[in-house]
Amino acid sequence: MTAAPPIEVRDLTLAYGDFVVQRDLNFVVHQGDVFVVMGGNGCGKTTLMRHMIGLQRPVQGAVFYAGENFWSAEDEDQQRLKRRLGVMYQGGALWSSLTLGENVALPLGEYTSLAPERIAEVVAFKLALVGLAGFEDFYPSELSGGMRKRAGLARAMALDPEILIVDEPSSGLDPLTARRLDDLILALRDALGTTIVVVTHDIASILAIGTNSIYLDPETHTMIATGNPAQALRSGDPRVRFFLSRGTLT
Amino acid sequence: MGTDGGHFPRGESGKGAKRRQIAVHPLGASEVELLFSGSWRLGEGLPAPARIVKEFTGDIQRVRLAAHDLDDWDSALPSFAAGLIKLGAARGIEVDASGLPREVQRLIAMAFAVPEQAGTGRSGTRGGLFERVGTATVALARDVPAMLRFLGEVTLAAGRLATARAHFRRGDVWLEIEEAGPKALPIVSVISFLVGVILAYLGADQLRLVGAQIFIADLVAIGMVREIGALMTGIIVAGRTGAAFAARLGTMQVNEEIDAFRTLGVSPIDFLVLPRILALMLMVPLLTLYAGFVGMLAGLVVAYFVFDIGVFEYYTETLRALQVKHFLVGLSKGVAYGAVVAFAGCLRGIQCGRSAEAVGQAATSAVVTGILLITVVASIMTIVYYQLGI
Repeated sequence: MTAAPPIEVRDLTLAYGDFVVQRDLNFVVHQGDVFVVMGGNGCGKTTLMRHMIGLQRPVQGAVFYAGENFWSAEDEDQQRLKRRLGVMYQGGALWSSLTLGENVALPLGEYTSLAPERIAEVVAFKLALVGLAGFEDFYPSELSGGMRKRAGLARAMALDPEILIVDEPSSGLDPLTARRLDDLILALRDALGTTIVVVTHDIASILAIGTNSIYLDPETHTMIATGNPAQALRSGDPRVRFFLSRGTLT
Repeated sequence: MGTDGGHFPRGESGKGAKRRQIAVHPLGASEVELLFSGSWRLGEGLPAPARIVKEFTGDIQRVRLAAHDLDDWDSALPSFAAGLIKLGAARGIEVDASGLPREVQRLIAMAFAVPEQAGTGRSGTRGGLFERVGTATVALARDVPAMLRFLGEVTLAAGRLATARAHFRRGDVWLEIEEAGPKALPIVSVISFLVGVILAYLGADQLRLVGAQIFIADLVAIGMVREIGALMTGIIVAGRTGAAFAARLGTMQVNEEIDAFRTLGVSPIDFLVLPRILALMLMVPLLTLYAGFVGMLAGLVVAYFVFDIGVFEYYTETLRALQVKHFLVGLSKGVAYGAVVAFAGCLRGIQCGRSAEAVGQAATSAVVTGILLITVVASIMTIVYYQLGI
């Protein structure tokens, strides 16, 4: 057991050139958390995610994975740290020249020594988990946006990552499918001990699954630590209550 | 753990963790228990469900899955169990997973919550050689009407342009002109200079036989101005700008931008295709003219340094050879090539499918179609000009 938490973000500043999106972000994601990053459109949620998964170097501050500073690590260490992550991108980001089955199989083929038939079975299982059983031979362009998104989740969890980072899991999904995806996220956490970071503005989903959260405030350009979202709705910062109640509570 | 019915030595487990094992316990004549133990992780390999089922003896109707002394597991265990359940269902064997850890059961239940889509499974067969050749031929035959329809739409748009009713922004034309014209100067310079050099050497070799090397000037001047300048420029622009048009419009098609124009009642042909065709019809002849001059300069350099022909001599010979009609022929070809390259690029862009791969195919196809059309147009124009005696 490592004492260090899976993810720790310290004094992070997100900026594009001179334009500071968010500053002084400090938070810790614990093992088994469903950590919600919430905020309105354009507050920097996805930008924060890009900094956390190693796509964008922060102007200032650091991201730690199990106590290791990601941005000051050597290339090989960064690769090793990245392998703990599974990322689901907003639009699915499936590789368009591969079928769904091939999309999910690719990480398994790269990083495990499973035989092709065993990979096919695991792929079938993962696609079934997201409700896409039997869609192995379809190309992403033949699917609806919601299906692509779910297939993206199947690919993100192909290798049973220790940390699953999901960007906007429920946008573009019907309420029942969104609910199923929430259930799946919880089931994965309970079954595999996966630490989950969800970037979203979907209030139903935030309240249903979040165990800890931060709110990115677009006006002050910094975060508000909000703890358990359900509690924050009852007795949190007024700005957060305003957001979580869709503007009815002030 | 006393029995060791199904034992799979494949897949080393990690330090400290026990190796994954499945023990098969018969529970009467028609029932069997599979006992999972050890470490079940994706990184350590998986047994084949079919191999386990093959080991059953007698008339097994029910299989109970249970766990005993399970070290650690990831989705390998539920995935394998789900495989057994599916295999069992296919053979009429009931598989009961209630002896597995609760979390494993929960994942299995989620996997079977949405039934497999019937009829979605598609055969991956590509068909025989004849079938593929046939399909490709039919597709080719369908391509011609599509091209003609697009030509019709462009003609209608040109009609609207002539009567000043076409919707597009003048700035777009200038942008495309800048992209296609001035920015192509370096590559046009290099290629037409080298082609000029080649022509000069080719001519020198043949003309030496009759002792008339001064006619290098005629050959290079007429060749570059009349034919080759336009041809090389057309091909360069097809590769540079035609492909860019297809990729640009193709990406817009992927993003539904073209649909957005259609629903707004703005013709995408007017707005996107016309400015591009206009820009190339304007820029390709100018580049052709420029290519002609660079080619002649190359001829002069070769003639002076290699074949000892005086600069003034070469200059007067060039002036004597060139007539206005040669320039007009070259310019007219430039206009035509520009039009067909832009036409091919926009056609393939508008026809593009909705994926990254389709954008790549559109760009490739734009270059191929562009060069093909250039060659066809070039042949027709050459024959017509010859018949007219120009």
